[in-house]
Parts: sequence; structure tokens; C-alpha cells
Amino acid sequence: MRASTLILLSCIGLCAASAAASEPAAELQVRIGYLAYIPDPGPLLSNVIPEPLDAGRRGAELAINDSNSTGRFLKQQYQLDSAQHEDSDALLAAAEALHAEGVRLFVVNAPADTLHALSARLGDSLLLNAGSADDGLRQSRCLRNVLHTLPSRAMLADALVQFLAVRRWQRALLVTGPTEGDLAYAAALRRAAKRFGLRIVAEKAWTFDNDQRRSAQADMPLFTQTAEYDVVLVADERGDFGEYMPYQTWYPRPVAGTQGLTPTGWHKTVETYGAAQLQKRFEAHAGRWMNDRDFAAWIAVRSLATAITRLRSTDPMAIRTLALSADLPLDGFKGRKLSFRPWNGQLRQPIPLVQPRALVSTSPQDGFLHPHNEMDSLGYDQAEVSCDLARGT
Amino acid sequence: MRLSHLACAIALGLASHTALAATAYVSNEKDDSISVIDLDTLEVTATLEVGMRPRGLLLSSDNKLLYICASDSDRVQMMDLATRRIIKELPSGADPEQFALHPNDRWLYISNEDDALVTVVDTQSDEVLAQIDVGVEPEGMAVSPDGKWAVNTSETTNMLHWIDTTTQQLVDNTLVDQRPRHVEFDLDGKRLWASAEIGGTVSIIDVASRQIEKVLTFQIKGVHPDKVQPVGVKLSDDGRYAFVALGPANHVAVVDAKTYEVLDYLLVGRRVWHMAFTPDQKQLLTTNGVSGDVSVIDVDRLKVSKSIKVGRYPWGVVVTP
Repeated sequence: MRASTLILLSCIGLCAASAAASEPAAELQVRIGYLAYIPDPGPLLSNVIPEPLDAGRRGAELAINDSNSTGRFLKQQYQLDSAQHEDSDALLAAAEALHAEGVRLFVVNAPADTLHALSARLGDSLLLNAGSADDGLRQSRCLRNVLHTLPSRAMLADALVQFLAVRRWQRALLVTGPTEGDLAYAAALRRAAKRFGLRIVAEKAWTFDNDQRRSAQADMPLFTQTAEYDVVLVADERGDFGEYMPYQTWYPRPVAGTQGLTPTGWHKTVETYGAAQLQKRFEAHAGRWMNDRDFAAWIAVRSLATAITRLRSTDPMAIRTLALSADLPLDGFKGRKLSFRPWNGQLRQPIPLVQPRALVSTSPQDGFLHPHNEMDSLGYDQAEVSCDLARGT
Repeated sequence: MRLSHLACAIALGLASHTALAATAYVSNEKDDSISVIDLDTLEVTATLEVGMRPRGLLLSSDNKLLYICASDSDRVQMMDLATRRIIKELPSGADPEQFALHPNDRWLYISNEDDALVTVVDTQSDEVLAQIDVGVEPEGMAVSPDGKWAVNTSETTNMLHWIDTTTQQLVDNTLVDQRPRHVEFDLDGKRLWASAEIGGTVSIIDVASRQIEKVLTFQIKGVHPDKVQPVGVKLSDDGRYAFVALGPANHVAVVDAKTYEVLDYLLVGRRVWHMAFTPDQKQLLTTNGVSGDVSVIDVDRLKVSKSIKVGRYPWGVVVTP
């Protein structure tokens, strides 16, 4: 009863307002498509704690709930149309079906190739990438109708290596897994090492063609016996062998990267700047902790809703233009107002550095200055990027 | 200790209650405690254990009772300041963060951050009088001096929600900038000041029309605009100044309350949250969350004169004469 009275009252307020504007306020129905395709990572050595299968979607759902609470005061109604598929083609078909129903705003949690295909097929739509950390999408192969809320690998690597520089850990061993993602993560680490003065004293590829009578744990000390380092950097995005590196290195040194000290877009241990409330809302909604995918999808939907509230329109190109202007401050509970980089559509954001049960630090680190915005010391800056989304190239 | 003081004073008949030093009470969010500061000596004289994650504080009109939002205990505690004991716990709803007391000294308006509700509790009968749906993450609460309006801010919905206290119904909403955090009526109740943490602004709203009259922005030399995150607002009773705590910018803005011109920025401790005047309004105390201290601002000279170490993550502050 309480709720219905409330709706009635807010309606009275709005009707009064619209009467003044001499045009009845149309109810704004907003449909947002959530498209997910998460490839099977294959058999993993460390599979004790599985990743949640609904990572991403739960964040988008929560953001829809959050947006509807504002929406009911503004006569805006948000709806999420979710499609999660086992293969890329099925997802493309589902996306086209939603497009045929008139959906023009999408949050995508899928690898870069799928995102490319979706971007081409949904040409008149706005896509928010909450699933691919691919640096190419932010550097040379920007997609005209795609914004990115998930941090790129370059942002993560820069965030981590800035911290190593602050701690004066200057020599690193880099261990890389076999997948394309692992190689890309390692490339981002090399780039960050060059930018912030970290020396990579040795590189090793993890192939696990060792003596099969030994476990990964037993193999690690010998595997990491190289020139001396201050830190071991590991690039193992799937979580195959990296979990077995901490405490098993030849030298008693910390491990960082995809395991150990990890840069990430979001983590349970992020609690300041109102994050505790978001964490609690998410846990009540999903029954588990919020991860970086959930956050990327959450902020993607919230970005759309914030722009829609401002514009009072769901026009995808108007939203894109506003997002790429400096005029859409976003609240991401990360201590800074967040915004999209106009050159590549990447959401600027502080990056937490975490260990499993604590926040270790947040980058950008103090002292890493930037002429315009310190958060742009993370990831590809304007001068390094060949595309310019705001100008349409 | 203060009780024995008081008893002594009464026994001797020499000093009245007002002759005692004014006292500040500061809630320490991560220590589950209240720091008590003697405002003559500017020293912490006691630390009182309270419920979990204490944030918002307020006083009864006779300054005898201290109300404490113990957010993680999901309750509002009532402390008798004579004995410094918790004498009552009110049914506050989940995760109370800020609250405001109606001039009738009975109705407590509490924002329940996790439930998108404002709970109205009668502090005498302990009854929940109403629960009012508002936007996501309700935070700031204020009741107008005439008691007509209770205003709540919702941080994710970015609105001020106007509650008519005679019906306890939400009757209007004002959209403001991102993450409205705190609202403060001026002394005559004509204007309402609302800070927006992420928007980086303070909106001044005409209460009669509930329209935004002016939006203040802040620029501090050497501080990135993103770090300017207005939180607490305090207005001096003489109508001269408004002070705005700017969060991680580590400054308090001094605003001319008549012309709305920003006059100065005062460097205080790290992540400044909320403020309270001393009874003579000659000093303003600020809670600085990250640096764990309270800065003392000399209001006449507009200078920071002292910082006082308190507990971990100080948040709210109130002062009794």
C-alpha cells in the first residue's frame, strides 16, 4: 500500500510538472540487453574454487533494480533482457532477436572476437563492453559503437607496476601461461615494466611438461630458479597454475599478477567511498561476493541509466555523445568520479590491488602524475591511441 | 568523572552547569566508540564504547541525550550524557546512517541505507510511526526548523525526497547532482543546502518552491577536481558563513552564506566528513576520517588552529554546552 501511495504521489508531482510544460510526460520504457558468452576455459589444475557462472549478469540485474528506484520517481522503467549462450553464434542470434524487438542498448560480457561481431551486427546500437580486457579494442581497433567498463589489461598491469615501483621492487621474473589471454596479459606487464622502470630479469613460459610424478607445487621452486628477482609476475588468466606459485618460489619473494597480489576492477575487500553499501546490496541480491565482471556490468547499466536520466531519452547515439563528453560524472564507489575516455571509450577508474582477504593498495599511486587526470596514468593514454571515438574515427 | 564534577559543583553551589567546559562527542566508525573532547583543553578525556560502526550523532534539544546511529548493529542507541550509559536502543530499521530529530523532540527520522527506507520512530514510545520508501542508499536527513519537512537524500538515486511530517508521506522529489550526501536547513528554514559528493557541488534550494536556486562548485589550487567531494555542510547562526567539508580534497570551503561566493579553503585532516560548532560558534570542529583526527577551525580568523587525535575513522560530531 505504501508503495502504491508513493507512486501515486510521485505521479502527481510529475503530472503537475508536465502540465506546466504543456505536454504529457510519456513514460520512458528502457530495455537493456545483457549478452553473455563465456568460453569454457578447459581443464584447470587449480579448480577448487570455481568462478561463478552468472558473473556479470548479477551486477547488471542489481543496476537495473537501482535504476528503477530512481526511475519510479521519474516515470522511467528499466528492464533487463538477458541472453547467455554457450557459443558465440547462438549469442549473435539472440542479440539480433533482441534488436528486432527494438533493443538498442546492450551490455556485453564476451571475448573480443564476439564483441567485434556484435558491434558490426548491431551497428545502430550502443554496446558497453563488460567482458573483454583486450587492449587492441582500446588502442588501434576501437569499435565506433562500443564503450568499455571493464578495465583493460594495460590498466591492470600499469596499476600493479606502479605499486611495485612505490615499493621499489625493481626486478621481476615473468611467468606466462600458454593461452592467448596469458600472452596478452604478459605483453601488458612488459609494457608497464617499460613505462615505470621495472626490469624483467627472466621470462619463463609455463608448459607443465615437467616430470609428471611431481605436483605443480613441487615443481615451482625449481621452475622459478633464475637470476634473482624482487617479485614474480604471473600471467595465468584462467587460474591454471598461478595459484600454486605463492610460497613456492625459489627466492622468498612475493607473487603478483593474475594471482598473489592482483589488480582488478572490483573485489570484496573494496569498502570505502560507499562501496560497503554496494557490496551489501549485491550480496543480498546474488548470494555471493561481487567480482570485477559484476562490477563492470553494474557500472555499465548505471552509466546508461545516469545518461538516460540526464537526457530523458534512450537514443543510443545521444548517450554515446554524452558519455564521451566530459559531462557525465559517474558514481562507481571508487573514491573518484568516473568518466569515459573520449579517445577510446574506456571508463577511467581507480584499480584496487588485492590479496584474497585484504585490499593492499589502490592505483594510481600517489606521485604518478598526469597533465589532465591521474587515472589516465593507467592504460593507453590519448597519445598512444590511434583511434579517436569522440571525433568519430 | 563528569558526573562527580557535576555533583561537586551542585553540592558547593558555586558553579552552574554552563560553567563546565563545552564537550564534543565524535563517533569513530572503525573503533565502535565515541571520543569525548573537552573543549577548554581541546583534549580527549574519555572514549566510550558503543554499538558497531557508529556514524550519525545528534542531541536532544535539552542536550541531555545523545543519539547514535550504530550502523552495523542495525540500531539507534540513546545515551544519557550524565551517566554516559546507553539507556535505550531504538528500532531503527537496518543500517541507520544519518538521522534527524523533529523539533517536537520525539520523532526521529532515520535513513536506512540498505533498505531504501526512511524510518520514523517515536523516541518516547519506541514505536515505529512510519516507514517511507525513498531512493537507493538514503543518507542525509534533515528536518526543517518549523518541523514541516523532513528531507532525505538518496545517494544512488540522486534525489532529495521531501516528506510531509504531518502525514509522513513523500510528496516531492528534487533531482540534484551525483550522490547527494547531506542536507542542512538554514536557521529560518527558507533554504536548504544539499551537498553532492560525486557531482562535486552544493545545491541551495528554495524551500517554498523546492527548486534549486544556486549550485556551488569548488576549485582548490593543487587539488584535482575529482577529489573535491562535498559532504558535511554547516551554517553559522549569524547567517554569515557556510562551511562545506570537501572529503578527500582535505579542505573545508568557506562560503559567504548571503552572496554564495566561496571565500576560502582551509586545509584540514584527510577525508573530512562532518562538522560541529562550539556553543559560542567561535570554533568549528571537523572529523577527518582517514587521518583519524579532529581539526579545530577558528571561525573569526578562518584558520585551522589545532588537530586532535581521536579513534579510527571519526565520522560524526556534536557539541554540548
